[in-house]
Amino acid sequence: MHQAQLEIQFIAIIVAACCALPGVFLVLRKMAMMSDAISHAILPGIVLAFFATQDLNHPLLILAAATTGLLTVALVEGIRHTRLIAEDAAIGIVFPALFSLGVILIAQFAGDVHLDTDAVLLGELAFAPFDRFVIGGTDLGPRSLWIMTGILIANMIFIGLLYKELKIATFDAGLAASLGFTPVILHYCLMGMVSITAVGAFDAVGSILVVALMVGPAASAYLITDRLSHLIGLSVLIGILSALSGYWVAHLLDVSIAGSMASMVGVAFVCTLFLAPQRGILAVLYTQRVQKLFFASKMLTIHLANHEGTADEERESSVDHLEDHLTWSPAFANRVITFSTQKGYVHNEGNRLSLTERGRELANEAIVHD
Amino acid sequence: MLEFFSDYTIRTVTLGAALLGIVSGALGTYAVLRRQSLLGDAISHAALPGIAIAFLITGTKSSAILMLGAMIAGWIATLIVLAITKNTRVSYDSSLGTILSVFFGFGLVLLTLIQKLPNANQAGLSTFLFGQAAALVQEEVITMSIFGICALIPVALFWKEFSLLAFDPEFGKSLGLPMQWIDVLLTSLLVVAIVIGLQTVGVVLMSAMLVAPAVAARQWTDRLGVMLILSAFFGALSGISGTLISSSVTKLPTGPTIVLCVSFLVTVSLLLAPNRGIFWQYLASRKNAERLKLDTVLMDVYALAAQHTPMTHPHAESVLNVMNELSAKTAKSLSRLSELGLVEEASTGHWSLTERGQQYVEQLINDRFYLEE
Repeated sequence: MHQAQLEIQFIAIIVAACCALPGVFLVLRKMAMMSDAISHAILPGIVLAFFATQDLNHPLLILAAATTGLLTVALVEGIRHTRLIAEDAAIGIVFPALFSLGVILIAQFAGDVHLDTDAVLLGELAFAPFDRFVIGGTDLGPRSLWIMTGILIANMIFIGLLYKELKIATFDAGLAASLGFTPVILHYCLMGMVSITAVGAFDAVGSILVVALMVGPAASAYLITDRLSHLIGLSVLIGILSALSGYWVAHLLDVSIAGSMASMVGVAFVCTLFLAPQRGILAVLYTQRVQKLFFASKMLTIHLANHEGTADEERESSVDHLEDHLTWSPAFANRVITFSTQKGYVHNEGNRLSLTERGRELANEAIVHD
Repeated sequence: MLEFFSDYTIRTVTLGAALLGIVSGALGTYAVLRRQSLLGDAISHAALPGIAIAFLITGTKSSAILMLGAMIAGWIATLIVLAITKNTRVSYDSSLGTILSVFFGFGLVLLTLIQKLPNANQAGLSTFLFGQAAALVQEEVITMSIFGICALIPVALFWKEFSLLAFDPEFGKSLGLPMQWIDVLLTSLLVVAIVIGLQTVGVVLMSAMLVAPAVAARQWTDRLGVMLILSAFFGALSGISGTLISSSVTKLPTGPTIVLCVSFLVTVSLLLAPNRGIFWQYLASRKNAERLKLDTVLMDVYALAAQHTPMTHPHAESVLNVMNELSAKTAKSLSRLSELGLVEEASTGHWSLTERGQQYVEQLINDRFYLEE
């Protein structure tokens, strides 16, 4: 493996972890689309700061982007407060307007410098190792690795310090307000974090794929766990795995790294959607199937208990009769009988069913309680 | 203007932009009313892999085929988003964000694959990404209008059903209408409207073309029909003005200019629309505040007067000043009240209630009592 490859993977890991952290709170607070809005709307801020510094990696760009991000949030909130527009429509108006402003600024003043809309929207991770961080002649590695590590540490400190506050404000905004910390300030802090992360990451993965790394892993993890701490850990893990596998797929097929990472986020989401314990589609189907069989098994025990010791017991407890009486297809009847004998509710001796002690109990309980 | 009629390119682009404005404005009305404003954003991003796959399969850059691919992908993405929201605990916004970015990323992968194909001239594909209104040709405008008309006809045909869907789908269901299919139909039309616009304004800005005209139109009316027509008009207006402005200024890209035009329309509507507009609301609340100030002072005068017979007995301004609950400028309120003939200055610094003032306060008390009942 080349050193450049290794460095790209390091950057990918850091970017993925960095995006997953604020992403968890965006998903929980049902504000996932704010990541889309912010990652686009910071464009004019970046452009203006770039004109001022002529350096795409200047720290001022991060500051400007964060300011523009907060401005976006303030505009959305301001418009929402007039109650003339619903929140989603407010988002849908504000960020294209700011993005347009950014595109026009670029077209007007930066026609021939290294800053175009493609770069902002799509990013190019493969170029990241070429931009080195050099101090006094010593090469310290890719500059974006340092920037993203800095942002990651900032995000970790932010969440670490305000973990409890974020938790309460996210799950019970009313309680948070009554305990005395204003949800509004937390909201803006979180949005500031999203903005800073977005500007740090846009260089590497582009603004639209920032959305993938923020929302996708958190949405996947949300299908798996109910604990906030686990949610954060899982999101980071899923993000990193998607980023790494995405890098290798891109490497093998020689395609866009960022695009392939986002696709792997999609793969991860689909996998959890199907395979997640309890909430996954397969788990739900399995539970439904077992419940259906269990219910049918209950019906069977009640049916048998009803006719136990009566004159027509012989006829009623034959397997063939179930088709008429309970309108079960032979195949389904067989499945129910297998299930019931396995669970020990019913004996099946040569086409004739009889209740076990447990089966009798089940039937009694079902009749009394259900 | 002369240039407009003679210049083929500008005429074509303006026609295309106007068309896009009409279709997206009309269908955006429903998106905004149904709180699906951001769905447009997701659909436009999700269209990318469809475009790439259509190109990979057919090998042509004919806009009709690429649009068809875009529509299919956008449509699938929408259905996935709705299915995820309905069947899992992942919320609407999260599934939108995930699907939007994943589809777009997959589209990027396909685009880079296409770039590597030998003799594949993919130049036309990236215009879908960022929009290139200036490159519109007549054939594309014709395709756009065919798709556009196809999208608008059902709106007229299913007017009642769509209105029900927007305002009270439960009621529609209780009438026995297949609301789910009507929903799918309307969403499909939305997809068509979005795909029409991709080539002109691009992926990112398309959502504005859907949302902004409708939001602007919403401020001026409470009627669905009027809103829809107004929204289409605003869309067309911003399409035309954006194209003309960008063609008369150098290095001004068309798509973003159109979006800034429509954003300007939104700002004007939010500020100035009658009744709802922020400006009128401000005026109304100032008027209310003014009236509240006057009423408070007048009530104080009445309260003092009620303890004397006759009620026209004058009272010192200093007392009224102390009584004023709002502790606003009592003197100013008193002189304004005397202009209105509700109080009069009996001697310097002493005010008495007039006959009219007494009637006014008693009416006010009655009204309040009535309200509290």
